[in-house]
Order: sequence, then structure tokens, then C-alpha cells
Amino acid sequence: MLQICKMKVGLFIPCYVDQFYPKAAIATLELLEKLGVEVDYPAQQTCCGQPMANSGYEHLTGGCNELFVDNFAGYDYVVSPSGSCALHIKEHLHSHDKEEAATGIRNKIYELTEFLTDVLKVEKLDARFPHRVGLHQSCHGQRGLKLAQMTELTAEPYSKPGSLLNMVDGVELVTLNRADECCGFGGTFCVAEEAVSAKMGKDRVADHEKNGAEYITAADLSCLMHMEGILKRQKSNVKVIHIAEILNGVKETVA
Amino acid sequence: MKNHAELSETFNKDEQRVNWHDETLWWVRQKRDKASHLIPDWELLRETASQIKHNVLSNLGNYLEQFEQNAIKNGITVHWAADAKEHNEIVHGLLKKHGITQMVKSKSMLTEECHLNHYLEEQGINVVDSDLGELIVQLAKEPPSHIVLPCIHKKKEEIGDIFHEHLGSAKGEANPQILTETARIHLRNTFLSRRAALTGVNFAVAETGEFVVCTNEGNADMGAHLSDIHIASMGIEKLIPQRKHLSVFLRLLTRSATGQPITTYSSHFKKPRPGQEMHIVLVDNGRSVQLGREDFRNSLKCIRCGACMNTCPVYRRSGGHSYHTAVAGPIGSILAPNLDMKQYSDLPFASTLCGSCSNVCPVKIDIHTQLYKWRQVIVKAGYSDKKKTLAMHGMAKTLASPTAYRLAGKAGRWVIKHTPFAVSNPLNPWYKQREMPEAPKESFGEWYKKNRG
Ligand code: SF4
Repeated sequence: MLQICKMKVGLFIPCYVDQFYPKAAIATLELLEKLGVEVDYPAQQTCCGQPMANSGYEHLTGGCNELFVDNFAGYDYVVSPSGSCALHIKEHLHSHDKEEAATGIRNKIYELTEFLTDVLKVEKLDARFPHRVGLHQSCHGQRGLKLAQMTELTAEPYSKPGSLLNMVDGVELVTLNRADECCGFGGTFCVAEEAVSAKMGKDRVADHEKNGAEYITAADLSCLMHMEGILKRQKSNVKVIHIAEILNGVKETVA
Repeated sequence: MKNHAELSETFNKDEQRVNWHDETLWWVRQKRDKASHLIPDWELLRETASQIKHNVLSNLGNYLEQFEQNAIKNGITVHWAADAKEHNEIVHGLLKKHGITQMVKSKSMLTEECHLNHYLEEQGINVVDSDLGELIVQLAKEPPSHIVLPCIHKKKEEIGDIFHEHLGSAKGEANPQILTETARIHLRNTFLSRRAALTGVNFAVAETGEFVVCTNEGNADMGAHLSDIHIASMGIEKLIPQRKHLSVFLRLLTRSATGQPITTYSSHFKKPRPGQEMHIVLVDNGRSVQLGREDFRNSLKCIRCGACMNTCPVYRRSGGHSYHTAVAGPIGSILAPNLDMKQYSDLPFASTLCGSCSNVCPVKIDIHTQLYKWRQVIVKAGYSDKKKTLAMHGMAKTLASPTAYRLAGKAGRWVIKHTPFAVSNPLNPWYKQREMPEAPKESFGEWYKKNRG
């Protein structure tokens, strides 16, 4: 009986996370397992198709979409540590012959922090991270998936990633001057519009630094990768870390 | 012709100036936040405005005819212009008929869109812009860089220099109060001596045939009331069904624009005073084409408040002129490709699709979604770089096949080669101001196989 009730989650790890930030993916997996979820990582997965679609080539994402449907149709939920990729699937996944399965996935894909909040209804975490942390609200997660309230709207504030971070022992969230301004990554925008993109990244990083953050965290690695590139060039002491690593409990070997 | 990326690169050469531009506009955005958050029903107000405009766009033909009939009844002469050229010729024709060679104009983005000033100058007509910001850019021989704050890209010292050269203020004078006085004296003479005045239109009421012009400086009123002939240019989308609907729009407009509760002057023009002529030019100029594009129709709801520009993190750091079109910023980037897809094919890409614009828009235009959709249209129409198209085809093929992906991706080579930000090459634009991410010993896929496989 128990076996049947138990939910099965398909883990979707975006291509660049797979290649550059395996630690974030491992933390996501471990955290979900710790919370009693059965997690599977389909080995044949590649990408959500966003790099093509956002560049104006959505019509070329058919093959990528079909593969995604084949890989993930069988799970109760699909979870990804990337708000941007999760949003792309939610808004744009379609299939030629298996539209029903595609619709199913669009409705059951979750970004990690919204899965923890809305499905698992996590209320406490066994983790410690005694640092001053700046939370970067990635636009696609925030304005697309509504992970947190947006400063433009006249509405009650909330923050799914923020509430989870507050469950971690020792985390001190810093207040930013601009709570939800874009970091300027924007996919191919980061090279096509290099000047503005880099300036946006520099300004975002400066806000965290000015307000005393030791770490910048987010539910999206593309933004973190952008800001990390800038921090490293500036030889800053501020580090980036994916939210899954903090929530999973960082082994205190971090320098 | 330089594109948005090139023009922004030039703008970014002076980082201090970019900081100043960004902070000035962010301050306006914060004022907007404060004003809107004070109204508990703000989101309902936006939704209501959006619905009213939806109704207008769905029945545009009927409302236009109703408006025309009522305006004529009121004694206004109504003209129809299919495009910019016709609009300019109608205005010139009216001036010529009366033997007028000088005209005063209050702010109208439509006349910028039609390049009216330039056209009239060529016909030997002198035009003076009476909005302070517009006057400054006119003297500097530049187009406005913002639809509400036309000279927001100029510092007060630069304005001092322009006024010194053209209006005879003291050299080095940069006190805003004194500069405003200087402009005031200059404009007062203009108002008194011009027989023709042109104004824009913020809202036209179908039910009554009247139109409403919103200004903070009262310059539209000064010009119109002192003139023998008042010409009002309006885009056909400026209609609202009834006067009562103004209560929704007037509450939204200036709170969104500058954070003020309402414009200082919201002037209703309904009929000419005895002896005066009043004309309205209804301009299409691509609007009916946009109305026919289902995905982009909503862009015609725009009330030109400028909020999407003030909030746009790209606009604040690239400046209005980088959009090389009359209406800059996010809304301009979805309006301009409708007029000329090739010339403005860069604009829908001048965005990170962060979505802040859609959230501040008082009429709830889905701006960032339309930017995404324009990208698809532009690529399909063939206005994208051929090399990029080729690369995208290669990418699509690899990502559709796990075998090809794994093969190519051995030790992450494929991702490193194809993700635009990770190309390990100092010539890559990513590298100019950013370091590359470090490739770890093993990918997650490899780790998973070892530890969970
Ligand atoms: S699109 Fe919306 S926010 Fe932008 S100028 Fe128009 S009404 Fe204002």
C-alpha cells in the first residue's frame, strides 16, 4: 500500500547545471530524499529548449519537447532546481502525438522551493548556515512562477524561498535596496547585449555587497552563474550558492 | 544604422552617467510604487482599465464613428489620416489655408512618431515645442528619449548650456528655477504671437465628442486658448466610451507615470470658442494592422504613462535613444516592429524578459510576453542573423537526441561549446567583464551513475 501512495519524482537537471554546478544538483537530490521522496533522474534528459525559444526559435524545439515528454511523462511530479527552466516547460511544452502527456507535465512541473512549500508543505528543516545571505529573486521564478510577491504589485508580501531560508539555523537574510531587480543574464542577452547585461550584473552584485551579504543565493543558477562571473572578475569575497545547498545543510568545509 | 546593442554600448562608455540615469529613473519608479500602494484597489483599477480598453478595441470602428458624429455636432472638424504622411499634410494644409507660418505645439508623441516638426520645417513653418522637456530637446536638435520625461537624459548643467546658447541665459547657469523662468519668458512670447496651436490627446470620449489633454505645465491650455486655430492630433486607439471612464484612467495615469495623484491640468476640449477653429486629426499609421495581429492587439491599450520605461532595467541602463524609435523602452519595442519589422528587428531582443514592465503597466499589457512572441515572428520572417539560425538548427538536433548530446557532451564539451556564456575564448563578449564558470571534475550525470546507478 505504502509503495503505491509514495510519490515518484522525476528530477530535471538543466544542461548547464549538470555540467557546471553538480553540487547544486546533488543537494537537490539529497534534500528531496531526506524528505522522504522517491527521486529518479532519467538519464536520457537533455534540455528544456529555452535557449532556442527565447532566441526566437521556438519552432525548432519540437524534438527537444518530445524527448522531454518521453523522459518525464511517467512521474507524479517533475522537480527542477531552476525556476527559469521550470517556467519554460510550464508555458511552452507541447507534443505532436502526446499532447495529453505534455499537458500533464505542464501541470506537474515544479521549481524546487515551490515543490517544498506547496506540495511537501515543509515547515522545518534540519540545516545550519551561519552566514549573512542575500536572496536574489530570479525574475522567471518570481514573476513567472510567483515564488515571491513582486514589488510592483499592491499585494500582500510573501516569499517561498525566503520562508525556507528562515527555517535554516543561523541564516541572516540581508535587506536589499532593490528587492527584485533583474541581474541581466537573460540567456543570449548576456552576450548579444554585453554592455547592458554586464552593467546590470555589476549593479545587482553591488547591492548585495553594500548590504553586507557574504553569500548570494537564488533558486536559479543561471543568475548565480552570471553574478559569480562578475564577483570573480572583481576578486570579491562574496560567494554564490544555490538555495538547495543551504536548505540541504552545507557541510562546513566551505571556506 | 546602429542597433540597440551598439547604441547601448556607446551609452555605457560613461559609467557614472549610466548610474545617474538609472538612479533618476529608479527614483521615479519608487514614487510610482508609493502612490500605487496607497490605493488598496490598485490592482482592480488596472484590471478595470484593461477591460474598458478591451471593449474599445473590440468595437473601435463603432466608437470612432460615434466620436466623429458627436465632435462634428460640437462644431469640431474631424479629419482622418491613414498614415504619418497624410497626418502631416493635413496639418500643413490647415496652416497654409490660414497663411500661418508659425505654430506652437504641446507634447504629442504621435507627432514625434509622424516626424511632424521635421516635415513642417521643410515647408517653411516654424514650430515651437511648449512642453519644457520637449523644448529642451528641440533646441538641442535631438528626439525625446522618454515619452513622459523627454529630456531625462540631460543633466541640468547641459540644459544650462543649451539655454545659454539659444535663449540667452547666463553662461554656466544651472539653477533649475532660473532656467525654468528663462523658458517661461521665451514661451510666453511664443504663446502670445502664435495663431495656431497643436496639442496631443490623452483621451477622447465617444459619448460626448470631447477630448482630454493632461499636462503638468498648462502649456496645452495656454497654446490652445490663445490660438485662432487649435489642431489636436490623436491616434485612433485613444478613445474611451464614456466620460465616467475617465475616473479610472485619470487615477491611473499620473500615479503610474510620476507618482503624482493626478496631472496638474486635465483639460477637456469640447467645442471651439466663438471665432476659433478646432480640428481633430484621427491617425491610424499602422494601428489597424496591429489591431489585426491577435498576439499584439493589446499593445494598443497603452496610455503612454512611461511606467514600463522607468521600471525597465535595460532602458535605465541604455537610454531612450538606444531604441532608435519615437516611443522607446518596452512598449516601443512591441509597437515599432509593427511599423517596420526589419528596421526594428533588434528591439524585441533588447530585453531579459524579466516581466517588470507587465507588472507596472496600468492597463495590464502583457508586454514581456509580446516581446517573446515578436522574437518568434521576426525569426520566422527571416530577419535574424543567418549564422545564428544555423547554430540554432545544430543545437536543436543535438538536444533532441540523448546520444548525440552525450557524445558531444563528453566532459561537458558540448555545453561549453554551445552555451553562449561558456565559450572558453577571451574574445567571447561574456569574458569582457565576467569570468567563466569553472568546469568541475565530474558532471552530475556522471556522479549519479556512480552513486545511485
Ligand atoms: S505600455 Fe503600459 S506602462 Fe508602458 S507606457 Fe503604455 S500604459 Fe504605460
